[in-house]
Amino acid sequence: MYEALSSFAQTGGLVYFVLMFAGALVYALWPSNQDTFDRAANSPLEDKGPSND
Amino acid sequence: MTSRTISSNSGGGSIASVSALVAVFGVLALIIAGRTIDHAMGIQAMTFIVLVTAFLVGTGMWAGNLINRNPFDESRYEDTLVKFGVFASVFWGIAGLLVGVIIALQLTFPNIFYFPEFGWTNFGRLRPLHTSAVIFAFGGNVLLATSFYVVQRTCRTRIAGGMWPWFVFWGYQFFIVLAATGYLLGVTQSKEYAEPEWYVDLWLTIVWVAYLLVFLGTLWKRKEPHIYVANWFYLSFIVTIAMLHIVNNLSIPVSWTGTKSVQVFAGVQDAMTQWWYGHNAVGFFLTTGFLAIMYYFIPKRVNRPVYSYRLSIVHFWSLIFIYIWAGPHHLHYTALPQWAQTLGMTFSIMLWMPSWGGMINGVMTLSGAWDKLRTDPVVRMMVVSLAFYGMATFEGPLMSVRAVNSLSHYTEWGIGHVHSGALGWVGYISFGALYCLVPWLYKKKALFSKSLVEWHFWISTIGILFYMISMWFAGIMEGLMWRAYNEYGFLEYSFVETVEAKHISYMIRALGGGLYFSGAVIMAYNLVRTALGHGAAEPVDSKPDPYANPEPRATLVPAE
Repeated sequence: MYEALSSFAQTGGLVYFVLMFAGALVYALWPSNQDTFDRAANSPLEDKGPSND
Repeated sequence: MTSRTISSNSGGGSIASVSALVAVFGVLALIIAGRTIDHAMGIQAMTFIVLVTAFLVGTGMWAGNLINRNPFDESRYEDTLVKFGVFASVFWGIAGLLVGVIIALQLTFPNIFYFPEFGWTNFGRLRPLHTSAVIFAFGGNVLLATSFYVVQRTCRTRIAGGMWPWFVFWGYQFFIVLAATGYLLGVTQSKEYAEPEWYVDLWLTIVWVAYLLVFLGTLWKRKEPHIYVANWFYLSFIVTIAMLHIVNNLSIPVSWTGTKSVQVFAGVQDAMTQWWYGHNAVGFFLTTGFLAIMYYFIPKRVNRPVYSYRLSIVHFWSLIFIYIWAGPHHLHYTALPQWAQTLGMTFSIMLWMPSWGGMINGVMTLSGAWDKLRTDPVVRMMVVSLAFYGMATFEGPLMSVRAVNSLSHYTEWGIGHVHSGALGWVGYISFGALYCLVPWLYKKKALFSKSLVEWHFWISTIGILFYMISMWFAGIMEGLMWRAYNEYGFLEYSFVETVEAKHISYMIRALGGGLYFSGAVIMAYNLVRTALGHGAAEPVDSKPDPYANPEPRATLVPAE
């Protein structure tokens, strides 16, 4: 039981974490996200008080 | 209060629910105080009752005056809370640093400040008072204040939860008071950086869950489509600290009316849990929380977007994926299996890259505005904090290598390493944020005195250098003395000889700590005078933020 659980946790965990991290990398480097990131990077500089729209 | 005046979804209800929750715990404390089985618990319960009573009376008087005013007006940011957080940070910072200077002097001159008839002046009780005061009281209040400030502005909405953010603030101060007075009474569960006993841990858990919900609630009602990167760092800090705190403090009280509890884990499992907690307290309290400060305050202060937003995302995910595994490097050459030690060491070395990626992202945000390093001492303080961050995150992986650790572990080198991170990185980025926040919050054009910031910067920087260099020297020396053998195969030095050899280093360290403390006192004076509007701290009329539209650069650069 311990062997089965730990091998599942180890291999499954490895695959799960690598895929999650790869997903984050793809999102960060995806070319068409540049506009979103530019807007996000500038958003703190354009703070004009709470928005009530 | 009437439902007409406080109509927002969480207005009056949140005042009532916070008061009810606090009152319930007050009653529990009253029961414990009446039936307590140890003296310390009696004092702790009475302290809590006094705090709760003051809170309830204060809330009642404040709420009673809210006849025609909505205290949770959605068209305004909650800035009063941030002001409280700023000055709580300053207060606890001064207190924690002062205790640090006292215990540094105790180590140098063992009879100074120690009075055998007063047990609480013992180094063993004052040391956790120092570490908890600087990390959790000072650092924690800086994180509370800045996170409440930043999440509102980057989401362009008022903080969620009505009265609940105030519960988080005051509940956290009560936690600090209970923990600190407990240490002085000798109450401890003997886990480094997790010394408070079960009932204080329980109270902190409630406060922390409220903090998480308030933060998530604010993100939920945000008006900006994208969640700014600083909020990701704050969120990882809040979530991970909740997880670490709960798991590392799993314990069973010996009695519901006594201070003592028994850990659920034993032996090496307990040690591994403790250092999984301990190292991730460094990673997720002292690193990600303060990186969030970097990602908001440096761009805002220099009025430039962060150098690379893509890098900030890669920085975030790689840092949190790697940090969580680094803890076992605290347990080299122990009963922990060697594969686990090696895993901790490997991940610590990998951690170097995301750390430096983040540092570069922060420093390069200044590109095109490097002159501010010379003209604005607040910017310089924040950039120097990144230099110390880079240094400490290079030194850390080095010390995590098993062979290096065999020399450095248990020596003063570890103390020097921690303080280059704590004084240089955490301290300076916090001071930078406080110097930004006070003029912004009190709507002033500038700080009371810029030259006092210069004095603070240089006095403290010299203090850090004295501290670090003396501790490197003492640590490597004692590490080498411990492993020195004579020609017959016996140890060359007795332990007390290695202690005696550190005396001069200890004197230099106490001097360095004293200088750093003096710098913080100068800051406190400058911030109070700024809030009062003295000196250069003239009011800004209608602009919501003095740094949103900075003066033209030509006026900032002195004639050359």
